[in-house]
Amino acid sequence: MSILILAEHDGVHLKQSVRQAVSAAAAWLQPIHLLVAGAETAALVREAAAISTVTRVIDMQAPQFQHPLAEDVAAALLELGRDYRVIIAAHTAFGRSVLPRVAALLDVAMVSDVLSIATPATYTRPIYAGNVLATLESRDPIQVLTVRASSHVVAGNDGAAEIVQAQAPAATSHSRWVSETRNLSDRPELASARVVISGGRSLGSQFNAVLDPLARRLGAALGATRACVDAGFAPNDIQVGQTGTVVAPDLYIAVGISGAVQHLAGMRGSKVIVAINHDPDAAIFQNADFGLVADLFEAVPELTAALK
Amino acid sequence: MKVLVAVKYAVDFNIKPRLKQDGSDVDIAGVKMSINPFDEIAVEEAVRLKERGIAAEVVVVTIGGEPSRDALRHALAMGAGRAILVQTEVELQPLAVAKMLRAVVQREQPDLIILGKLAIGEDAGQTGQMLAALLGTGQGAFASALNVKDGEVEVTREIDGGTEVIALRLPAVVTADLRLNEPRFIKLPNLMMAKKKPIETILDSDLGIDISPRLKLLKVAEPPVRQAGVRVQNVQQLIEHLRDAKVIP
Ligand SMILES: Cc1cc2nc3c(=O)[nH]c(=O)nc-3n(C[C@H](O)[C@H](O)[C@H](O)COP(=O)(O)OP(=O)(O)OC[C@H]3O[C@@H](n4cnc5c(N)ncnc54)[C@H](O)[C@@H]3O)c2cc1C
Ligand SMILES: Nc1ncnc2c1ncn2[C@@H]1O[C@H](COP(=O)(O)O)[C@@H](O)[C@H]1O
Repeated sequence: MSILILAEHDGVHLKQSVRQAVSAAAAWLQPIHLLVAGAETAALVREAAAISTVTRVIDMQAPQFQHPLAEDVAAALLELGRDYRVIIAAHTAFGRSVLPRVAALLDVAMVSDVLSIATPATYTRPIYAGNVLATLESRDPIQVLTVRASSHVVAGNDGAAEIVQAQAPAATSHSRWVSETRNLSDRPELASARVVISGGRSLGSQFNAVLDPLARRLGAALGATRACVDAGFAPNDIQVGQTGTVVAPDLYIAVGISGAVQHLAGMRGSKVIVAINHDPDAAIFQNADFGLVADLFEAVPELTAALK
Repeated sequence: MKVLVAVKYAVDFNIKPRLKQDGSDVDIAGVKMSINPFDEIAVEEAVRLKERGIAAEVVVVTIGGEPSRDALRHALAMGAGRAILVQTEVELQPLAVAKMLRAVVQREQPDLIILGKLAIGEDAGQTGQMLAALLGTGQGAFASALNVKDGEVEVTREIDGGTEVIALRLPAVVTADLRLNEPRFIKLPNLMMAKKKPIETILDSDLGIDISPRLKLLKVAEPPVRQAGVRVQNVQQLIEHLRDAKVIP
């Protein structure tokens, strides 16, 4: 019995989280198959076939995968899924939309946001916004799970999987794609960046003016708190936390952030955490390796200048 | 148009959870409960559709024990018209909730079904997508805007790296993200008035659905605590520490 992984991509490249899902799947010691559902997939399929430990790439091409809807991707997985014991996706917006549908139609439970896999079918996952770690067991015949990308290592590039073609099921008629807005930026992707600099609402309209120069100097991605996003100072897709992106970079710099549990849930796995806040009692300091009590509008430019 | 909203009575988001001594589960005895924040947003959206004359009726449903009536009263006070309590003492997992909601949908025949994107506590984030799959309808997960027109609902979804707009033929299932709206404050007279609105009770056994749990909780634990950090006096010291830790050049 093999393992099927849903490969997320943007039409050009696979997401790094695919490689992290692949290393999570190693726990089963079983052949690992990757489903690439796309519209023009040749390059993607080659990229997928080179991922270490992947044994087969299933190339499913259809026009509806140009802008994949959860309905169509779930149908594709179901077409194949009954032959598998485990179906995995990364815990991204995409994986979270698709996998519950697959589980429901297979009549099995799903386990979300898996941090670690003990013996296969025993999982540890965060509950209560990461304040508690639950270990649970699933007894269903097919295991369906999303895994937290940042908790698993990135699989390498020395694979040589076979490539097989598969026919896509008919496209759904219930839903249609209308449009998409990508917040383009030349910074690294938030979820996989090595350095993340996040700002709170106190940055106000100075968010970019203060943080961008430091981010450029360190090659960092920018993140923000919900309060900051809600106030319109930063775009929604860079929110870090329970209801945003979960990050675990080597270095996380929290600038003017109070340290609410919902924010901590998204960054407490970072290797080194720095907090800059003018309130010495801010909760963020209890979670920081290095705390600097200072006015951010002075400290951040000083830090940027000193790193020349 | 009829809108059905599913709400969960969940541990209040301000509560820091306590673990039972034996580590078998979270101890929620006597803990403050409230309507799940995402579900409050779902109710608000439905009530706004009614206020704008797009929805004729808003029905709210919860599945849970007697105390979860509180969540229904909250939704009624916000402006929902009537409520259904599917009474159960079983701790339900998302697949079972989705199956029970499907039974309620089959009775009520709503055009639009709105859930929260995630019930805090368990933090699963599965039920809406499962319900849509079981019903065979389209789904709009993580909605930050809704627009109902011509037998369709246009949903703006929050995705990684931006937003996406999709159109779903009704009936459809939508799950509410935080930015969909800001729920109203409930005024006392509305809370009083809500007491007069009907709450129908259905017993879980009447639905004849297998709700036995599929997942078995083995243990709970606190996440590893981070080591107490260092307070640096100035930017220069900070840089030295970060260089020692080899995280900056
Ligand atoms: C269901 C739910 C989900 C949520 N999900 C998320 C989530 O995913 N992510 C998230 O971030 N939040 C989330 N929140 C919100 C969270 O509870 C907090 O409200 C939010 O994180 C606070 O953001 P903040 O730190 O920017 O603002 P505040 O809490 O207002 O803190 C501002 C901080 O800036 C400091 N400050 C002000 N001026 C200066 C200055 N000049 N120099 C230095 N420091 C300064 C202050 O001392 C203070 O500590 C969620 C809430 C709920 C209810
Ligand atoms: N017991 C319940 N009763 C009614 N609705 C529920 C219940 N549990 C979950 N839901 C709905 O499903 C959504 C997602 O829950 P979950 O999949 O558990 O994160 C919630 O926001 C609610 O709208």
